[in-house]
Amino acid sequence: MVPTDLRYTKDHEWIRVDGDEATVGITAYAADQLGDIVFVELPAVGRSLEQSAAFGVVESVKAVSDLFAPVSGEVAATNEDLRANPELVNGDPYGAGWMLRVRLADADQVDELLDADAYDALIAAG
Amino acid sequence: MSVTGDRLQPTIFERGRPGRGGGKIPHPPKDALDRIPAEARRAVPAALPELNEPEVVRHYVNLSQLNYAVDTGFYPLGSCTMKFNPKLNEWAARLRGFAELHPLAPDEVAQGTLQLLWELELALAEISGMRAVSLQPAAGAQGELTGILMIRAHHRARGDGDRDEVLVPDSSHGTNPATASMAGYRTITIPSAADGGVDVEAFRTALGPRTAAVMITNPSTLGLFETRIGELIEAVHAAGALAYMDGANLNAILGRFKPGEAGFDVMHFNVHKTFSTPHGGGGPGAGPVGVGETLLPYLPSPRVLRDDDGSFRLERTGERPTSIGRLRSFVGNTGVLVRAYAYIRAHGGSGLREVSDDAVLAANYLKHRLAGTYDLPYDRACKHEFVASAATIKKGTGVRTLDIAKRLIDYGYHPPTIYFPLIVEEGMLIEPTETESVETLDAFADALIAIAAEATATPELVSGAPHSAPVRRLDEATAARQPNLRWRPMSGAETPCPD
Amino acid sequence: MPYGPHTADDRERMLAALGLTSVDQLFEDIPVALRASRLDLPEPEPELELAARLRGLASRNRTDLASFLGAGVYRHWSPPAVDQLLLRGEWYTAYTPYQPEISQGTLQSIYEYESLLAELVDLDVVSASHYDGAAATAEAALMTCRATRRERVLISRGVHPHYRGTTRTYFEGGLELDEIPLVADGEAAGTTDLAALERMLAEPDRPVAGVIAAQPDFLGLLEPMPEIARLAHEAGALFVAVIEPVSLAVLAPPGAYGADIAAGEGQPLGIAPQYGGPYLGILASTDALVRQIPGRLVGMTSDLDGRRAFVMTMRAREQDIRRDKAASNICTNQALLALAASIYLATIGPHGLRDVAAFGAARAAELEAALAAVGVNRLHSGPYLNEFVARVPDARAVHRRLLDAGVLAGLVLADAEPDDPSLADGLLVCATEVTTSAEIARFATALGAILGAPVAEVAR
Repeated sequence: MVPTDLRYTKDHEWIRVDGDEATVGITAYAADQLGDIVFVELPAVGRSLEQSAAFGVVESVKAVSDLFAPVSGEVAATNEDLRANPELVNGDPYGAGWMLRVRLADADQVDELLDADAYDALIAAG
Repeated sequence: MSVTGDRLQPTIFERGRPGRGGGKIPHPPKDALDRIPAEARRAVPAALPELNEPEVVRHYVNLSQLNYAVDTGFYPLGSCTMKFNPKLNEWAARLRGFAELHPLAPDEVAQGTLQLLWELELALAEISGMRAVSLQPAAGAQGELTGILMIRAHHRARGDGDRDEVLVPDSSHGTNPATASMAGYRTITIPSAADGGVDVEAFRTALGPRTAAVMITNPSTLGLFETRIGELIEAVHAAGALAYMDGANLNAILGRFKPGEAGFDVMHFNVHKTFSTPHGGGGPGAGPVGVGETLLPYLPSPRVLRDDDGSFRLERTGERPTSIGRLRSFVGNTGVLVRAYAYIRAHGGSGLREVSDDAVLAANYLKHRLAGTYDLPYDRACKHEFVASAATIKKGTGVRTLDIAKRLIDYGYHPPTIYFPLIVEEGMLIEPTETESVETLDAFADALIAIAAEATATPELVSGAPHSAPVRRLDEATAARQPNLRWRPMSGAETPCPD
Repeated sequence: MPYGPHTADDRERMLAALGLTSVDQLFEDIPVALRASRLDLPEPEPELELAARLRGLASRNRTDLASFLGAGVYRHWSPPAVDQLLLRGEWYTAYTPYQPEISQGTLQSIYEYESLLAELVDLDVVSASHYDGAAATAEAALMTCRATRRERVLISRGVHPHYRGTTRTYFEGGLELDEIPLVADGEAAGTTDLAALERMLAEPDRPVAGVIAAQPDFLGLLEPMPEIARLAHEAGALFVAVIEPVSLAVLAPPGAYGADIAAGEGQPLGIAPQYGGPYLGILASTDALVRQIPGRLVGMTSDLDGRRAFVMTMRAREQDIRRDKAASNICTNQALLALAASIYLATIGPHGLRDVAAFGAARAAELEAALAAVGVNRLHSGPYLNEFVARVPDARAVHRRLLDAGVLAGLVLADAEPDDPSLADGLLVCATEVTTSAEIARFATALGAILGAPVAEVAR
């Protein structure tokens, strides 16, 4: 069961809304699939994001995956800790392993995303 | 007891001591460098280690003992064709006339090598049914790039520059889509059908006016011959696109199938696979390309030409303006090509056909031995390699293909190719080649069967393997997170020096 | 079949196990219309005869000439220890080290190669190697575009024409490659035209990703590398230095003058000329660019029991994982050649390498004097290390006649750079530690005779 206060994308990103900003990361399922994460490539602060477009890359020992923006907006902050400790994504994907904070362009976009039940169903289906 | 030697070595830097070595080169005059301006001179000498010859020799001999090699044992590596590397070929490449020849030497002093290259081109053209061959590309991947660039030149010359897509099966080697990207194309991935071949309907749907090329490996990376290849190539040409064949699996079809005759427009050869040139720990190789009539004008330059008087020469700069140019310096990896030439001449046409016959027979025999113990996703005769799966074993015991591969090391074997092609779960791609005896094949099958039993009885033995290699499983995560890519005296001290 | 172990009995046994009577049955899935019947190739030869054939071909090459040919490939004395170690089957018949537990020999040797070259070029990271200097240069050019997200690269005409040609081929997909001209006259003739470079960097709406220059340049001349680096950086571009590794024993390395990336040909490090390859592409960069480096990297780590060990790392960048998003399609490196270069460096040592470079410089000066004594002078006047352009009217014809006299008088530049009329009378000649005074005398005497010069006393 994934955290119920978050929303999810079919590409295994999560988003936590907090006023007109939101925090984004990848789910435990995604981190498990990737294995030990060794590098996270994030966009510069100030860059604008378009929903569903790729905004970065997460690299593990044996795999690599694009990161897709769950919503449109502007990058307000990125998690500098991931530079030296990319394993935070494996250890605490919904907490210390957060990736970026985005200033929302359109709050309604969040409602279109999957809720916890829908995401659980998605990963159960395999 | 290890499957290889087990004496770990300090680094060459740790072995060095100031004042050691020397005696190789006479001392130059003291004023030799006076005329070089001070600002261009090196101020701080490079901190290279100083060793005497005996230490250098021990270092590299002991290090070599830590390697598994074809000369030590069996490599059932699918897609790699790890056949025996003939020693005659090493002798030939080192003949002074070949080894000492400068690549820019005038044609008249290079007639021996030029003749060899000319004859090799003819041989590869005959083997592949292609019209002409370029020996320039330094590796298979570079051969692929050459092929795709020639295809692009062809479309551009016809004013058909809108074609921006390349079709690639989902089972393809990673170099195929990487090559397409390097050439500025978008890759469209075509799914495989249940029988392992390309899904022909999906293929036809994806083909269109934007398709520049299709890259097909035949036999496929699953070791299966593409039975509908004629139909596929016809569809490609009907759409105005061209067909590229990845020739990595040529060892299966020598003398049985000629890609050029089947309609492929271009293909590459991997001489370090099919034609026995040694892998060298990861290179060098060579990746010649063969083309049909359509792409002939675009071959890389310089080509090797023969004049009416029978003498050979290299094409001059600018002599053939339609060429895509060069992919590398000079004419090619000639040292490697000498070895391939010797191999082809040692076998002749009948010998090469026998190579494929034995390679295919050995693969089918090994597959038959493993049936019932491992999953065999494709229930048909394979070519020179086949894919097995440990999916059922994993479900029952938790032991994965990775673990089985590592446990094979304890049994004295190099693991097969694992998790490739990507479309097979817990896959193992096994290619015995034609130079392994039946005893070796049987012993290898016995080992795999024994490990399958261990997976049930003592799974930790398998998942903790290897136990008898010089080192055990490595911390690859730290290696990638905190890369140590260069010896520095301080950082080296963190992990202990083996001495 | 010369190397196959299967007897008729073996084949019968395997077929029987499969319930088959003929191997042809395993090829029935090839459509009849597409089946080949036979290969029309020369009959196979037993080893004795094949060896004679190969010897015959090799002897049709002439390698007995007094050679002054360099132009990117240089003759050096390779200590026999190098080749004898390379002949160990554990080295040359090993596969790519994807199974690190049984490949520590190859892996450690590559790590040592990376480290030795890092010392030589004075940069942080060296890749496990590329096909040759040309490929390394092209990859370096692509790196500058990826790193800066710009699409234009400037490459000096002082870079080897084959490297420029190769880079041009790699750039044919939407990226721009412009050539920086060389200075035509004066003390700096034959080197990169800095004023032109500055103009090209300042062009509006055409930002430059990288600037590439060679040291020494193709004509043998020393370039103002720190100035070129400064101009590149001021324009927000990266600087790529194309280097020759032996010269780095005595010339300032790329790290010292601000290069971000170094590329070059490792053949001079104990690798035979072999008529074109296999060679060794050197590629190095600062730490900041490590994730942009294409190809293999080997790093140090430890195993489960804490032993020091080596492994290919940062592999997710490579083609088998990244596929269409990979930085490059490169799959092989030149492992065996990197090993050869490492063994060469270990055997020759730092003092030996310095002697090799210095001796070449000394012999080249001797050559310059000997040619001057018969009236042939350098085309340029700037400083050089061990290679320079001699001005010889009717160079192609003279070169031919010198060949008849047993002298390979360097490279006819009219053939290599047909678009540059200033080089039409040029012969690019070089000397190394294996060039003898007797060979130099032979060259000068023969040249003097051809040109009808008075037979002056040629210094021995």
